[in-house]
Amino acid sequence: MSRWVVWAPLGVFVVLVGFFFKGLTLDPSMQPSALIGKPVPSFQLTDLHTGKVLTSQTLPGVPFLLNVWASWCITCQVEHPYLTELSDQVPIVGLNYKDSETAAKNWLAKLGDPYTTQIFDPNGRLGLDLGVAGAPETFLVDSSGVIQLRIQGEVNDRVYQRQILPLLETLK
Amino acid sequence: MIKMLLVKMVMIFSIAASAAIETYQFDSPQQEARFRELGFELRCPKCQNQAIGDSDAEISGDLRAVVYRMIKEGATDGEIRDFMVARYGRFVLYNPPLDQQTIVLWLGPVGLLILGGVLVLLRIRRSTRALHKRDF
Repeated sequence: MSRWVVWAPLGVFVVLVGFFFKGLTLDPSMQPSALIGKPVPSFQLTDLHTGKVLTSQTLPGVPFLLNVWASWCITCQVEHPYLTELSDQVPIVGLNYKDSETAAKNWLAKLGDPYTTQIFDPNGRLGLDLGVAGAPETFLVDSSGVIQLRIQGEVNDRVYQRQILPLLETLK
Repeated sequence: MIKMLLVKMVMIFSIAASAAIETYQFDSPQQEARFRELGFELRCPKCQNQAIGDSDAEISGDLRAVVYRMIKEGATDGEIRDFMVARYGRFVLYNPPLDQQTIVLWLGPVGLLILGGVLVLLRIRRSTRALHKRDF
């Protein structure tokens, strides 16, 4: 039998270990967004607090975070203190997703309001156009309104330092 | 007695079966069949390995409502799939089209089968040659 046949099982083993090792660090519930590099979908919704009409034209002209949340979402409550901390460094626009107006307002009154604007999306229409699978989700949007990054689940210091901040710095 | 038991069993099963049914009204049986088909073909973005047709996740209910609305509005299956892919990416398709990104997925198994076949053939040829040598 030739030499390479003897070594082949080891080679296969090494390749498989490589795949499995990579698999350890992958989270299958984290999906790349289909909207990276695309503008925030056009929308016409109201501001939760003022009732004024908001569209994609009224988004901030600087890089910002678009945070999808709801009062029924437990993880949103978990990430809320961190977002409050973060709001000094980067503007955070809220997208109140499939929520009731009173519940959302009470939630903000109780826990504090770090958001510069609050888009009220009771039917989840903008959420659907953004490809939101569930709250919380956070998008990093650049100054021209193009989506650069999507975070599914909680934003915390680790996520911010590793994923958001490096990209945010290139946008500034 | 047995009859009563049977009736109860049927009742239990009918409760289980009706739990996931939503009341969508269709104009034709064809529309309903398409709705069902798309429900099995589109994948729930939240719950990994479940189709939107048999998932109880909130988002699956929302997507079923979208599929229903689009069917009623006369959209084709292709338009509905494109709508979903534009928002949720390729991930939502349980039956992804063959292209550059999915070629390994589609042709990989065939390639492995051919490779295996070639290896087996080589083995057979070698062992028959060895046999011949021994004979003569």
